[in-house]
Amino acid sequence: MAKHDTPLLDELEKGPWPSFVTDIKRQAEKNPDCWDILGILELSFRDKITHWKHGGIVGVFGYGGGIVGRYADVPKEYPGVEHFHTVRVNQPASKYYSTENLRHLMELWDKHGSGMTNMHGSTGDIILLGCRTEALEPFFWDLTHELGQDLGGSGSNLRTPANCLGESRCEWSCYDTEELCHHLTMHYQDEIHRPAFPYKFKFKFSGCANDCVAAIARSDFAVIGTWKDDIRIDQAAVKEYVAGNIPANGGAHSGRDWGSFSIKKEVIDLCPTNCMWMEGDELKIDDTECTRCMHCINVMPRALRPGAQGGASILIGAKAPILDGAQFATLIFPFIEISAENEFENVIEIIENVWDWWMEVGKNRERVGETMQRVGLPTFIKVMGIDPIPQHVKEPRSNPYVFWEEEEVEGGFDRSVEEFRKRHAA
Amino acid sequence: MGYDPEKPMVDRITDLGPPHYSKFHPPVIAKNKGKWLWHEITQPGVLVHKAESGDECWTVRVGGARLMSTEHIYELCDVADAHCDGYLRFTTRNNVEFMVDDKAKVQPLLDDLASRGNKFPVGGTGAGVTNIVHTQGWVHCHTPATDASGVVKAVMDELFDYFVTMSLPAQVRIALACCLNMCGAVHASDIAILGVHRKPPMIDHSRITGVCELPLAIASCPLGAVKPAKATVDGVEIKTVKINNDRCMYCGNCYTMCPAMPLADPEGDGIAILVGGKVSNSRTSPKFSKLVIPFLPNTPPRWPETVEAVKNIVEVYAKDARKYERVGEWAERIGWEKFFEKCNIPFTIKSVDDYRLAYDTWRTTTNFKYTNAIK
Repeated sequence: MAKHDTPLLDELEKGPWPSFVTDIKRQAEKNPDCWDILGILELSFRDKITHWKHGGIVGVFGYGGGIVGRYADVPKEYPGVEHFHTVRVNQPASKYYSTENLRHLMELWDKHGSGMTNMHGSTGDIILLGCRTEALEPFFWDLTHELGQDLGGSGSNLRTPANCLGESRCEWSCYDTEELCHHLTMHYQDEIHRPAFPYKFKFKFSGCANDCVAAIARSDFAVIGTWKDDIRIDQAAVKEYVAGNIPANGGAHSGRDWGSFSIKKEVIDLCPTNCMWMEGDELKIDDTECTRCMHCINVMPRALRPGAQGGASILIGAKAPILDGAQFATLIFPFIEISAENEFENVIEIIENVWDWWMEVGKNRERVGETMQRVGLPTFIKVMGIDPIPQHVKEPRSNPYVFWEEEEVEGGFDRSVEEFRKRHAA
Repeated sequence: MGYDPEKPMVDRITDLGPPHYSKFHPPVIAKNKGKWLWHEITQPGVLVHKAESGDECWTVRVGGARLMSTEHIYELCDVADAHCDGYLRFTTRNNVEFMVDDKAKVQPLLDDLASRGNKFPVGGTGAGVTNIVHTQGWVHCHTPATDASGVVKAVMDELFDYFVTMSLPAQVRIALACCLNMCGAVHASDIAILGVHRKPPMIDHSRITGVCELPLAIASCPLGAVKPAKATVDGVEIKTVKINNDRCMYCGNCYTMCPAMPLADPEGDGIAILVGGKVSNSRTSPKFSKLVIPFLPNTPPRWPETVEAVKNIVEVYAKDARKYERVGEWAERIGWEKFFEKCNIPFTIKSVDDYRLAYDTWRTTTNFKYTNAIK
């Protein structure tokens, strides 16, 4: 039986898209506290403003993250959501689940919390939405003891890493994203749970330049798959595409009549480097000119595959606009091999180089991309101990304001103006 | 046994991390990992992946609200138990994927999903609109300038046909963030729905002493609009801050640092629309979303102005763009002046950048197109 009238929210039960209002009402039949979620949300719909207070420091013993405190500013009217803390549970890599695991986790959440969730949060965690302070430790006990699972990150720490599903179900992945994600998540448990950084730090792992996990836009440390050798071509399949026997772009455009497939218009002319051409009925690629953008492979997945020599590019410093404006990640390592055999030690070495420096010079609440902006890319390249290469920039600088080290300039900076004046009267 | 509040540290377990992903791979995934050959979308929401072994993995993708109950999740599990050997997965855009190892198992799965009302719409693949990535909004966040789940529901109701078909020039990624913090990272989306404030913060002098570190609040402002000040509270002079309203651009970073500086407001808050971002490196480099509509009001429960604005952009794009062109690639090919003309969106001074690196967006060529903006 509904506890509050919700005429505004009821409008969101109409329409073809699944309704979260209908879903919360269903949950409220089981957990009456959920009526107060609807009640306080209806109040916000009426008032056009949030009714959640700022902050509230809560957590579990020994961790500095994983729980986000939240309190209602109208607790008397909506006591079921007086405390409504968020619990972030670290998702398994690639977000596959067994129903056994998922049911068990949800049973724990029904026992300790509201039963509402986000599957998943923007960073990747399982978000359990709404529990009381006194439920946090019992939930954490059950999570660790019954399920062997753990919380994710929040605050100025390593946030829960996330990956695209990679080799598990995608033919384009140039390295094993889920293994790298899982390995580093386990390797850096301390950094995830105990904030010690200037600000948040995110890892994201995409298997190719399509970047399904938005690593280049959203992560401080982006590992994006690419390859070193040549695109693999199946010329027989090329002929099938040209003949119109296989749908282009994996069938993604089948809802409209775009006319018959044209390999020239749809593949060759759209190649950003113009490195493809036909010789008779064979497709040719000058791989030395290719930037591996994925377009041709996307359009003809049965004929073209990424090269066999896979690895990844490392890009550093992406973030949303707060505070200095949005940044994409900057290419720092064009190609590295990614191998579980050496326990990803080359990746770990790069990460720790970045952290050692950023923890030293980063200001409070400064993302690493902002620190890079502040000190400049030349300084960051030196910090990383690598040689500058043209791949680090879109184009060379257009101003001449170059810093020179004193030892780079013959004779150094110290000069005698008296000596100078002997030859050059003022 | 269970948690004992008298002995919180006894038998405590920490730093376990997540379970190993391999425990949750469906058998066809576990067997063929790293050995996939190609894929095809056979109908909206249904994909087949072919492995070197000859095995096939058929995936049915369903959309839905990211805000979901345990009841809903148990029902997802029921479907996965009945059809998928007890496995399922979630995508990076909050869709759910059910996988089977035989084409013959697809139709019974689709029939089962269709029998459960409108809870599990099948789609979200290829050249269409997939699920909206979004944030918490009024349902759980303390800094939002708009709601999230409600706006998303209203927009997806209107764009539903684009979710269940693949008739657009390319995929259209829509994202919503309910304030400038952008937990939803909408800054690289084809269409971004962004909650914005328009009033400078108020100063709660009676609370500021207890809850704020003033130097942090002052330093938090990227434009130096927060200054030290004094005020009198109950006859006592206290140290506090004041706001230079002319400098404030309502980012809310000071409120994040100092709870005594609230800025949310029923009339001040609303939605900005940004378009033309992309994450993928395919063909062209990743692009930021650009601000084309600076403000639309918060009009719950169904935000008709925002719904109409998003739908209009999708429809003009659908008619005008070339095959494979993302919204941003289309806008750059025709020129942004043409984008505003074709979409019938008035260009305002608010779309001219005056923040950092603004000069990068000013036009420094004689090349332009004549549109209705030139009188």
